[in-house]
Amino acid sequence: MAALEIDQVRKEFGRERVLKDVSLSIESGQFLILVGPSGCGKSTLMNAIAGLEPVTSGHIRIDGEDVTGRTPAERDIAMVFQSYALYPSMTVRQNISFGLEMRKVPKAERIEAVERVADLLQISHLLERKPAQLSGGQRQRVAMGRALAREPKVYLFDEPLSNLDAKLRVDMRTEIKKLHQRLGTTIVYVTHDQVEAMTLADKIAVMRDGHILQLGSPDEVYNDPVDMFVAGFMGSPSMNFIRATLEQSDGGVQLRIETPSEESLTLPWPAARTTEALTERIGKTVILGLRPEHFSEEDARLGAQAEGTPMTATVSVVEPTGADILLRLPLGEEEITARVGPKCAVAPGDRLALRVDMSRAVMFDANSEQRIA
Amino acid sequence: MADAIRRQTVGARLLRGALYAVLILAALFYALPLLIMLITSIKPLSEITAGSLLSLPQNPTLAPWTKAWGEACTGMRCEGVGGYFWNSFAIVIPAVLISTAAGALNGYALTKWRFKGAEIVFALMLFGCFIPFQVVLLPMAQTLGWLGLSSSRAGLVLVHVVFGIAFTTLFFRNFYVGIPDELVSAAKLDGAGFFRIFWRILLPVSAPIIVVSIIWQFTQIWNDFLFGVAFSGHDTQPVTVALNNLVNTSTGVTEYNVNMAAAMIAALPTLVVYVLAGKYFVRGLTAGSVKG
Repeated sequence: MAALEIDQVRKEFGRERVLKDVSLSIESGQFLILVGPSGCGKSTLMNAIAGLEPVTSGHIRIDGEDVTGRTPAERDIAMVFQSYALYPSMTVRQNISFGLEMRKVPKAERIEAVERVADLLQISHLLERKPAQLSGGQRQRVAMGRALAREPKVYLFDEPLSNLDAKLRVDMRTEIKKLHQRLGTTIVYVTHDQVEAMTLADKIAVMRDGHILQLGSPDEVYNDPVDMFVAGFMGSPSMNFIRATLEQSDGGVQLRIETPSEESLTLPWPAARTTEALTERIGKTVILGLRPEHFSEEDARLGAQAEGTPMTATVSVVEPTGADILLRLPLGEEEITARVGPKCAVAPGDRLALRVDMSRAVMFDANSEQRIA
Repeated sequence: MADAIRRQTVGARLLRGALYAVLILAALFYALPLLIMLITSIKPLSEITAGSLLSLPQNPTLAPWTKAWGEACTGMRCEGVGGYFWNSFAIVIPAVLISTAAGALNGYALTKWRFKGAEIVFALMLFGCFIPFQVVLLPMAQTLGWLGLSSSRAGLVLVHVVFGIAFTTLFFRNFYVGIPDELVSAAKLDGAGFFRIFWRILLPVSAPIIVVSIIWQFTQIWNDFLFGVAFSGHDTQPVTVALNNLVNTSTGVTEYNVNMAAAMIAALPTLVVYVLAGKYFVRGLTAGSVKG
């Protein structure tokens, strides 16, 4: 039985449709991440699950029970807010036990629950402080503690890390992951940060304009995107989209990329992924999707054993990140990004020999932007 | 800004001196009426008729104060303003507390439990701040009559509460708009209801605006004359009305010292409130305007 099931949920504010027939379900213990740009409806969906916003139509079920018409308190969920929403007049201890107190949990059990989560989150020394006396990271922990104290069926996290500085965000991300692995709780987590989505999720739902475009594991969403939006949204730097013409080749199909100044470049499409539908498109314009890491610098030592399709391009910008180097290269009408090893000695203006791993390339329709291969 | 680096030239010092001189003069000018009232109220009548307005008392006496409090004639009776002073408290305290409580609840409901038409309700309440008192005198008299509250303290309290709610709602609404809605959402998820959230989450952080509301309402209602004179009976007059009667009751010589003492008595509570809580008033009014 699904821990949480969203069934054709719609939400309209006046004439504006914020959620358009959203359906999804997750199993108990799964970590679901709702990701998408601002205004895609992910926070609205979160509020609908929490019961803070009534839905226009559709059903929400938690553990098989229809909770669509229930108040937030009756749904047995807990939420961690972006602003933490700690009660300013209460101490950390009171903040954590407030929910239990409202549910008439006996005092002894409340004290026990506070001790348990304080231990878990290492905030025992902060229990008598007020929220104003805490740092951002500590507030974040208290907010999680408040959610954990009640042991609800589903936890909701609404962009919980977006108010933290970069280093703390990475630390807390790891902690949330550890916590999930340890407690096996069911979590729905909203973020616009695709790195958080990739690192934390069991399942990612990529949303746009009130729709779920793709629901799948991080691996599926990253390597097997359904359209150009998902492909471009997940991954940083984002996927390169290159306009190309599909052509017949000796063994199957190939992609021709026209470059204004030099002779055009052809890249063979892997035979294993050449379908009937693809051969019907020969002669048409398509969009080739290649992630920066699908490129690599030519390694002379490998010689003939080198994998991938060779190509050369002129480097326009070199951006070393420490771990690797990002190169900007004009290709066709676009400028693409390639990720090469940190030891690659290259300067702007150089001609560089590269290898392209076409086996991981994806292809989209130029008009509908949908995946075709 | 006080630590700003700048060269102290002679011209700059002169300018600074002139600035202080002007400010001190202005402060004295504003303090003068109060000073004259105070001086006059402790002079015997003979010194007032003989001396000048600004001369200091030669033989200070508290007699005018005791007379104003307990013996001076206000119309037909000669019992001073003391009784009316307590009358005012009996009207002001419930009216301030009720209007502040109602304003707090209104502000909370208008910001944290938005309902359809909440904006219109708020706009109408805001409109209430601009209704001239004179316009409602007759209908209000009629209403009080129907309710059987004519000439009673309860009636006056009701009138002040009704008029005060517009202002207190405005105060609390603007204060609560600045408190994140997520606090209320979190409390809802924790299982708290409408009143519980108000009592446990919102009210404990409302101290600054409660002070503003209380000071504002206290001053307004204490200083009110129009409603007091229109809707009170003989025994329920507030001190402002009694003061007016005292000054207007002529028994031959005008006792300026007694009049001044009575006026001081009538003004004292609002002065005390400002001195004690004035800084919270300013703090409360500016709370939320600066992120902190």
